[in-house]
Amino acid sequence: MKSEFQKGLRDGVPIALGYLSVSFSVGIMAVSGGLSVFQGALMSLTNVTSAGQFAGIQIITAGGTVLELILTQFVINLRYALMSLSLSQKLSEEMPLWQRMVVAFANTDEIFAVAMNHAKSLTFSYMLGLQSLPILGWTGGTILGAAAGELLPKSLGNALSVALYGMFIAVVVPVAKKLKPVFWVVAMAALLSCLIYYVPLFSGISAGISIIICTVAAAAVGAVLFPVEEEKE
Amino acid sequence: MSGSNHLIYLYIAVMAIVTYLIRMIPLTVFRKKVENKYIKSFLYYVPYACLTAMTLPAVLYATGSLWSALAGAAVAIILALKDRSLVMVAAGACAAVFVVEQILPLLHELL
Repeated sequence: MKSEFQKGLRDGVPIALGYLSVSFSVGIMAVSGGLSVFQGALMSLTNVTSAGQFAGIQIITAGGTVLELILTQFVINLRYALMSLSLSQKLSEEMPLWQRMVVAFANTDEIFAVAMNHAKSLTFSYMLGLQSLPILGWTGGTILGAAAGELLPKSLGNALSVALYGMFIAVVVPVAKKLKPVFWVVAMAALLSCLIYYVPLFSGISAGISIIICTVAAAAVGAVLFPVEEEKE
Repeated sequence: MSGSNHLIYLYIAVMAIVTYLIRMIPLTVFRKKVENKYIKSFLYYVPYACLTAMTLPAVLYATGSLWSALAGAAVAIILALKDRSLVMVAAGACAAVFVVEQILPLLHELL
């Protein structure tokens, strides 16, 4: 009979392997944005979020303000609030506050997905096991990517710097292909983002603020036009 | 340089705190389900809108030239339309950028 912790560890292996490659490109991005290998690793260890870190690096590179950083992190990571809400329904009722506070730390998209697929109600040991390898993978991949980014020739560095965008495209495109509402939300966000970038009138709008405007506007219009009906969870 | 370094640590700390609070508060304080369908829908669409806004048009300026970036983005979109895995799509995009950047200087010499 395996312990709950061991079960969690085992379920975390595929996530950790996936994170190793995604965070590799986060590391490259961090170094090309002017962060040191240590700073990149520290960011990954304390944040454990791809889109949020990516936007954060963009803002740091562009010399954005702290307020801009807070707003961007808030909007981009807002989805985790929803996941934490759902997750809280699945934690065993007697789980004390401090354990809930620990479990919240690495509630990423993938860990959330695996946790919600778990047949039984979630114990503290299982969640600890589930989160430990992905956190290691995420941080380790960042270190490798950042180190490689410092050593690689420019042609390889250029090539690898589109990896993260490739993954964003891999997340968005298949869903937009399948679901019309998502397609329109994506189209709106793309159009708005390009308008803000290319129209001289909007040249005062920084990268972080642009991400917030596009995200909130496109998601809000999407929610009004295509409210998601009760899901088949 | 050390000034901007301190700033980077401050920014990393701010990011970590905001991200953690977003994850922690709903898990500890509110333990209720979100019922409003508009709020649920908004939160459902946020990741797609946000990833798109971060990708476009920034991806076009991520490499050494517009052409290699276009090639990388195009290959990524085609592979994603074929439902290839995250890693395959990303690797395809990188390969396309690398190949185009090797070919471009040769073309310049020929023309």
